[in-house]
Amino acid sequence: MSAVRFDHVSKAFGALTVLDDISFDIPAGQAFCLLGRSGTGKSVTLRHIVGLVQPDEGKVFVEDRDITRLPAVQLADVRKHMGFLFQNGALFDSISVGENVAFPMRRHTDWSDTEIRERATKKLADVGLEKDYDKMPADLSGGMKKRAALARAMALDPPILLVDEPSAGLDPITAGEIDELLARTKQAGTTLVVVTHNIPSARTIGDVFAVLQGGRMLATGTLDALESSDEPLVQAFMRSQGGG
Amino acid sequence: MQPLSFVDRIGTRALGMFEAVGAMATFGGRSLVAAARPPYEAREILKHVYQFGYRSAPLIVIAGFAIGIVLSMHTRASLERFGAEAMIPAALAIALIRETGPLIAGLLVAGRVGAGIGAEIGAMQVTEQIDALEATAVDSFKYLAVTRIVALMIAMPLLTIIMDFSGILGGYVAEAAVSGMSWRMYFERAFGYIAYSDIIPATLKTVVFGFLIAAASSYLGFTTRRGTEGVGEASTRSVVTASMLIIVSDVILVRIIFFFYPAVSA
Repeated sequence: MSAVRFDHVSKAFGALTVLDDISFDIPAGQAFCLLGRSGTGKSVTLRHIVGLVQPDEGKVFVEDRDITRLPAVQLADVRKHMGFLFQNGALFDSISVGENVAFPMRRHTDWSDTEIRERATKKLADVGLEKDYDKMPADLSGGMKKRAALARAMALDPPILLVDEPSAGLDPITAGEIDELLARTKQAGTTLVVVTHNIPSARTIGDVFAVLQGGRMLATGTLDALESSDEPLVQAFMRSQGGG
Repeated sequence: MQPLSFVDRIGTRALGMFEAVGAMATFGGRSLVAAARPPYEAREILKHVYQFGYRSAPLIVIAGFAIGIVLSMHTRASLERFGAEAMIPAALAIALIRETGPLIAGLLVAGRVGAGIGAEIGAMQVTEQIDALEATAVDSFKYLAVTRIVALMIAMPLLTIIMDFSGILGGYVAEAAVSGMSWRMYFERAFGYIAYSDIIPATLKTVVFGFLIAAASSYLGFTTRRGTEGVGEASTRSVVTASMLIIVSDVILVRIIFFFYPAVSA
């Protein structure tokens, strides 16, 4: 089964074309890493998958369901199958870190308060924040916010996890731990769509890789295939990020 | 490209304003439809009733008390000329309950709660928290806007009653200090001329105030752009827009009340 599929998707914001006729297919259980320079449409691609942005042309399929023009209620059902780590975390700043993680559980399950607290604490422990349940997001460092947001994205063990820059703003050790966590999540059967600049991180997590440039997909394939690509921009990107 | 003429600029601004008013009205209408449909988000509504109502109460009590004292002093100065000091409690109660209480309560809440809603939702917008809500399969419009609108529609009449009572109490304190009138006599004189048709429509019109404050502020929060600067602007514009809407709608609502309760206009 296909977890996520883009079928000739194009998107422009005003005069700026962000995605230009993009097509790809991510089989369930695979980790797909989107690479590319800043402003090349990687985050917009993730936003299309979760339905926060609609394409001007083309179609987006999630678990073989066309979500392009789906009514809000049905789109919400599709979203329950996904977790989304935003680039800046986007934690709800009026509730505690633990309640952020518990939020999807409270909304979409009938688990008891005790069970929700236990599960949220477990999710926080996965990212090394089990002692920070009652802290407010404002009391956390940037890296801790990111980890807490990842715990929230994984709160309901979604079949599809969308991750925007998992290692940005983290120290190398923590970034490595997060990469390992994502790799374990993939091994448990979760489909990952990861936006990253970090080639070592992508190597740990990814199965298939794509390089976006100027709204177009320059190259797709394994990391080795990308590294041996004839495309100068792909070569430049891989070299500049320490690939190979 | 040629620069726009003065008339063109005015026209462009006017069109922009009409567009914003239309969008705000659509937003408000949508919220009423959404409020009638499940899930009703009762927990969030109760939380906001507490935030908007209970936490605004001290401000309303103090302002009402002070306004009661000032109104009493002015009323005494006017009625003394006609030897009608005995009418001071009734005049003050009528003025407070029919108009001053609801209007001042509305303006105070527009300042305190309207600014808060605009800033809070605006901050959530620019930090992607609203997108995060949507990505978590939560209807952000219902969860953030509708719950606040319904909560303020519930809290506003309650705050108005508190404002009215505080004002009458303030008026009594001022009157007792000058004439030594007892509370019982003051209370009897104040409510001797008050009918339900004075209290109920005037208090219930603040449900509309609550709707306008929360709908306008939520709309401005949701449409916030340009980072922290935009959040500040949303907060300020929420207060200005909500206050203006309250004053304009009050004219219309008073006219409607007069139509349905002719005794009030007598």
